[in-house]
Amino acid sequence: MDELLKILQTNALEPRENIARMLELSVDEVNQRVADYEMRRVIRGYQAILDEDQLGLDKVTAVIEVKVTPQREGGFDTIAGRISRFPEVRSAYLMSGTYDLLLFVEGKNLREVAGFVSERLAALEGVLSTSTHFMLKTYKRFGVLMCQEHSDERLTITP
Amino acid sequence: MNASPSLRNRLNAAVRDIPPSGIRDFFDIVTTMKDVISLGIGEPDFDTPWHVRESTVFALERGATHYTSNLGYPELRRALAGYVRKVFGANYDPQTEVLVTVGVSEALDLALRALLNPGDEVLYHEPCYVSYRATILFAHGVPVAVETRPENGFRVTRQMLEAKVTPRTKALMLNFPNNPTGAVMGRADLVDIAAFARQHDLIVITDEIYGELTYDTPHTSLVSLPGLRERTIFLHGFSKAWAMTGFRLGYACAPAELIEAMMRIHQYTMLCASSLSQKAAIEALARPASDIGDMVQEYRRRRNFIAAAFADMGLDCHRPLGAFYAFPSIARFGLSSRDFALQLLNQEKVAVVPGSAFGACGEGFLRCAYATSMANVREAMARLKRFVSRL
Repeated sequence: MDELLKILQTNALEPRENIARMLELSVDEVNQRVADYEMRRVIRGYQAILDEDQLGLDKVTAVIEVKVTPQREGGFDTIAGRISRFPEVRSAYLMSGTYDLLLFVEGKNLREVAGFVSERLAALEGVLSTSTHFMLKTYKRFGVLMCQEHSDERLTITP
Repeated sequence: MNASPSLRNRLNAAVRDIPPSGIRDFFDIVTTMKDVISLGIGEPDFDTPWHVRESTVFALERGATHYTSNLGYPELRRALAGYVRKVFGANYDPQTEVLVTVGVSEALDLALRALLNPGDEVLYHEPCYVSYRATILFAHGVPVAVETRPENGFRVTRQMLEAKVTPRTKALMLNFPNNPTGAVMGRADLVDIAAFARQHDLIVITDEIYGELTYDTPHTSLVSLPGLRERTIFLHGFSKAWAMTGFRLGYACAPAELIEAMMRIHQYTMLCASSLSQKAAIEALARPASDIGDMVQEYRRRRNFIAAAFADMGLDCHRPLGAFYAFPSIARFGLSSRDFALQLLNQEKVAVVPGSAFGACGEGFLRCAYATSMANVREAMARLKRFVSRL
């Protein structure tokens, strides 16, 4: 992967001037390349990674395994596209194995998510079955450990 | 700390006369201060890869807590021979030509003690790792320093060595990529050194602990050159490329007669390297590329950043090509490197190591290690710029 994208993936707020120094490019070149990625929609957006457990939000997240019937034209894409458009669905993936789609669904509480599953999702034509798992605690998100304070055990001066 | 005069007189003269490392002295000052950003740490800021740590715990559970063979676990020696062949380009017999040691430091000590008779001279280059001179003296050798310079990219040339070689010269010690300068030697440079070693019939000790960490050109190992393997002790370990400094695990590869001699000292003084560390090393070697690739890329970005920052604040610095050190010159400010480092520490709370800690010719330079987070590197460079602008 382009090193520029790696840097942005680690910290999208890294000042462009610093990125330019790290990659030995000019700031203009960096800006141009980022703009190009944005235009080609390789970069779809920039988000903060939150430790949501700290915020005490009225929110639950469920991971839902869905079995569906692929359609004659469009295969899984048509039904997956239809499901993905619900704002409650935060992420959706086509999977290999015992089920077809894996969804990450958010709601205010258990009842709201249950309502989404039974009234909207399971009712869709082509959805054969669902299996819902609620998340209890986050240990790591997007490669960031949530459970541990970083500490540097090293001495301040070593040979 | 100070021994009474009568006890002091009882000490071995070589030990008594060696001053403590300039780094230790500076460390004692830095530890009294809070909120210091340190560019003085000569070890990776990356964590030891999790698979290595996890497998060490597993090894402990399974009871790998006993003595191992003096040379090290046979499985580890086989893995090491394979790694050295692939990465450094030389073949060693894992049965007789590989010795696992407690860090490269022990291996270096063993090599010198196995080779030197009192009065034998050893050529080495300065600025260099703090232990070289002392280790030669402890082995009753005579250290003969060759001074490397920024004009030359801190490389060693045949001409420099020819000026210092004598009939008593027994060995030549090299460390590239270099701590503290970040210098590397290319293939052409090494071919010259190899010819020199052959002509004067010297044993070469090459400490290539930073071999994986080069940023512009791939590393060339001395032992990959024709005819050098037969007169060379190759030293390497797990501290830098795998961030395993506390495991204290190194190794030596050399012709069987040399390894046998080193092993004789090792078996009576150390017996074997830690069994758990050896197990960790076996796991580390199972997956070197995936662990090291990202780390090298990150160091390169920091190197680029720090080089640009020095240029921006008007500090002369030869381009660091390997290890994780930059070695800028501060000669134009009229301060000794120690005074510069002390003032920088007091005024801006940035710790660097005075170049003089690495040999007399390191005076006028600073060692800045970029083995710390990008955020720390950035902040340290901003503070250094502010400090320099006031001088």
